[in-house]
Amino acid sequence: MSSDIRFTDFKSDKQPTWCPGCGDFGTMNGMMKALAETGNDPDNTFVVAGIGCSGKIGTYMHSYALHGVHGRALPVGIGVKLANPDLEVMVAGGDGDGYSIGAGHFIHAVRRNVDMTYVVMDNRIYGLTKGQASPTSREDFETSTSPDGPNQPPVNPKALALSAGATFIAQSFSSNSQRHAQLVQEAIEHDGFGFVNVYSPCVTFNDVDTYDYFRDTIQDLEETDHDETDADQAKDKILDGDKEYMGVLYRDDDSVPFDEREGFDQNMSEIPDGAPEGAMDLVREFY
Amino acid sequence: MPEDLNWAIGGEAGDGIDSTGKIFAQALSRAGRHVFTSKDFASRIRGGYTAYKVRTAVDRVESVVDRLDVLIALTERTIDENMNELHEGSVIIYDGERTTMQNVEIPDEMIGLEVPLKRLAEEAGGAIMANVVALGAACEVTGFPIENLDESLEKRFGDKGEAIVENNKKAARAGQEFVQAEYDHDYGYSLETTDNDYVLLNGDEAIGMGAIAAGCRFYSGYPITPATDVMEYMTGRVDQFGGKVVQAEDELAAINMALGAARAGARAMTATSGPGIDLMTETFGLVATTETPLVICDVMRSGPSTGMPTKQEQGDLNMALYGGHGEIPRFVVTPTNISECFWKTVEAFNLAEKYQTPVFLVSDLALAVTEQTFAPETFDMDEVEIERGKVVDEDDIDGWQNEKEQFQPHFPSADGVSPRTFPGTSGGAHMTTGLEHDALGRRTEDTEVREEQVEKRERKVETAREQEDWDYREFGDPDADTLVVSWGSNEGAMREGLEMLADEGLDVRFISVPYIFPRPDLSEEIEAAEQTIVVECNATGQFADVIEHDVLERVDRVNKYDGVRFKADELAEEIKDAVAEETEVSA
Ligand SMILES: Cc1ncc(C[n+]2csc(CCOP(=O)(O)OP(=O)(O)O)c2C)c(N)n1
Ligand code: SF4
Repeated sequence: MSSDIRFTDFKSDKQPTWCPGCGDFGTMNGMMKALAETGNDPDNTFVVAGIGCSGKIGTYMHSYALHGVHGRALPVGIGVKLANPDLEVMVAGGDGDGYSIGAGHFIHAVRRNVDMTYVVMDNRIYGLTKGQASPTSREDFETSTSPDGPNQPPVNPKALALSAGATFIAQSFSSNSQRHAQLVQEAIEHDGFGFVNVYSPCVTFNDVDTYDYFRDTIQDLEETDHDETDADQAKDKILDGDKEYMGVLYRDDDSVPFDEREGFDQNMSEIPDGAPEGAMDLVREFY
Repeated sequence: MPEDLNWAIGGEAGDGIDSTGKIFAQALSRAGRHVFTSKDFASRIRGGYTAYKVRTAVDRVESVVDRLDVLIALTERTIDENMNELHEGSVIIYDGERTTMQNVEIPDEMIGLEVPLKRLAEEAGGAIMANVVALGAACEVTGFPIENLDESLEKRFGDKGEAIVENNKKAARAGQEFVQAEYDHDYGYSLETTDNDYVLLNGDEAIGMGAIAAGCRFYSGYPITPATDVMEYMTGRVDQFGGKVVQAEDELAAINMALGAARAGARAMTATSGPGIDLMTETFGLVATTETPLVICDVMRSGPSTGMPTKQEQGDLNMALYGGHGEIPRFVVTPTNISECFWKTVEAFNLAEKYQTPVFLVSDLALAVTEQTFAPETFDMDEVEIERGKVVDEDDIDGWQNEKEQFQPHFPSADGVSPRTFPGTSGGAHMTTGLEHDALGRRTEDTEVREEQVEKRERKVETAREQEDWDYREFGDPDADTLVVSWGSNEGAMREGLEMLADEGLDVRFISVPYIFPRPDLSEEIEAAEQTIVVECNATGQFADVIEHDVLERVDRVNKYDGVRFKADELAEEIKDAVAEETEVSA
């Protein structure tokens, strides 16, 4: 792979239509930097996006990409990666996309541990449909569909991931661009399913979980003595309701990714012009 | 009508009915006899009536009939369930000693053979072999040389060791010898063997085999009756050819994984049945609008909702034709028999890739669970051709780039078919989306571009309509006044029904249609006939509706929606009635 790839090579010539100030700008730039930094180029990269403001990311990037239906980006990414392990596969979406309609796929993608990266732009609101409660919205967060708040606790995606057997869990913040790019890069480099939840503020519909809120509360794990290979410490941080953390919460470097375990090691696009050699044996089995 | 014998073993689910039936069917097939099997089963693992039926003849058999000549009944209910198929002289083999069947009453006109199945099995090495004792008894009754069972027993029990195989052979002979010694009937059957060479397989297996032959490398699915066998067939086998099966968490994931694999360049497939197809429908539109080649197989069962999971129906045709929001270009291919399950699967992959369109491969439960004998060369792998369509590589990519060297995956070419690059191809990076898009794959709401892309996708279907052979299969008398049209698994019953009708002096022209969209134009055929009857396993006549729409003329309908496939004699009777009704009306 050529080393002269720059992160701007991953930019498409389409201008983003996100609201000025949307956290997704920073999230995307970090993803592009991380891809370039890890030696990828647009022709070996496949980005799958969900539906939402967040899901538009595939449009603004330049690579092989698919923008699917709401909540189903993960299985598409899994299919791409399993069919061609040579590709760098990155899946991106929002908190509604990933933890509401796609929650089932999230759990199973985590436990399947295919070697790919999943970036969730968590703005704790539905942006694209103009401001309804999302699964990560606070219990008392008033929205057009929850005038008194959702009145149910938010899902904790990192806890879900940990309990489902995640091998890499990171929390990032889109406005801290260097750190964010670095965390995505670590997720890419992780041998298995790299999950990064990104606080990516919605400046239009969420006046609670704002840049200021995150800036004031977030604590970088690098500044603590957090041992990211220790699941108990990860659990404590993840379940800590009083703090927002940034950094790698958990990593298990010993686990073997599904694709490797199951022997998905071929590019499945190459097939012969006719039935494969030995196919007549399939018929003989029915004697 | 061929000289045929109808045999069955029935009992409770969990009694080993299936494997015993299969041993017998395989033995007959290996002995060079044609076989056609069917199953009565309920949606339960243990308990509940279940039966495995075998029809066998030296000539080909295409269907089941309403007749049972020899029945191994492990429960009294088995006799009750089959009473209307049993007839004078039918033989019923049962264990009157160790089961609840001591007091069972066999009707006078039938032959009851009480055989101590369990006791003889124990003497041969274990009560578990009771069913095999019954098979031995059946060999005696049917005149089928018992040596032919041996290979089947080896195949079934070979893994368990030589001793088990030998005990089973002993058990079979004990059954045979008991009947020989205790009873002195002339049963009137003699199942002769031939030198013919046959294989025995069901429709799901044929679809799985077709997929592998066609180069399918990626299969993702979620278990559901009656499509699970496709997945089970591919598991383990596709690995030998560089492929894999993934059991997804649900059908939504299954079709999306298959879509991802197809975008990565693999030939990919998913198979499911009614409820699963409903879940896949949203993504079905995505497949079509991103122009991804994908084969989606629906093995139909009784609906709506969870309906009758183990029963036959052809009720999903409208869904296959019209399912999904918006307008979705698609192909609907409907194999009509088990060998077609193989060949139409191969064709489905070629259609999908040549036109970058989803292909619905619509089969049904009757095809899925029925096994039939074929000469092995019916599945001649040398005949399999693989056409991948307009795949573009590094060398010719510039022909498909715009002035800014951007690849145009949705270029509105004259035939509507776009160039395709597999990821990894340098210079081909592009985006596809479920949103309406331009030639580059980018979102648009521009009215002209929208129209251009809609027309482009439709144009693919028009191109295919012209370039491919959307033919039908024809049987019976081409000049007959009565035309019968059907799709799917009814072909077999109708083919035999034709002969029965001809014997009664009613000549019928029969057209079996393996493509619903695009489909052959039947106007001339219908014009030439005095009466057209459309046969299908559903209540409303979904295919009949489509035909009426095509020819702007009423057609008659024969529908069955009780959950059971058409039987040849029953269908012949229905056709006769429909013809009589028409004659009355016009008189
Ligand atoms: C099946 C389906 N249901 C609903 C929608 C409408 N919809 C589009 S985006 C969205 C929510 C997006 O929220 P989130 O994932 O948090 O992304 P954000 O826009 O906030 O980035 C919904 C409900 C849809 N496109 N498809
Ligand atoms: S609505 Fe919110 S999430 Fe969507 S683009 Fe605007 S700021 Fe971003």
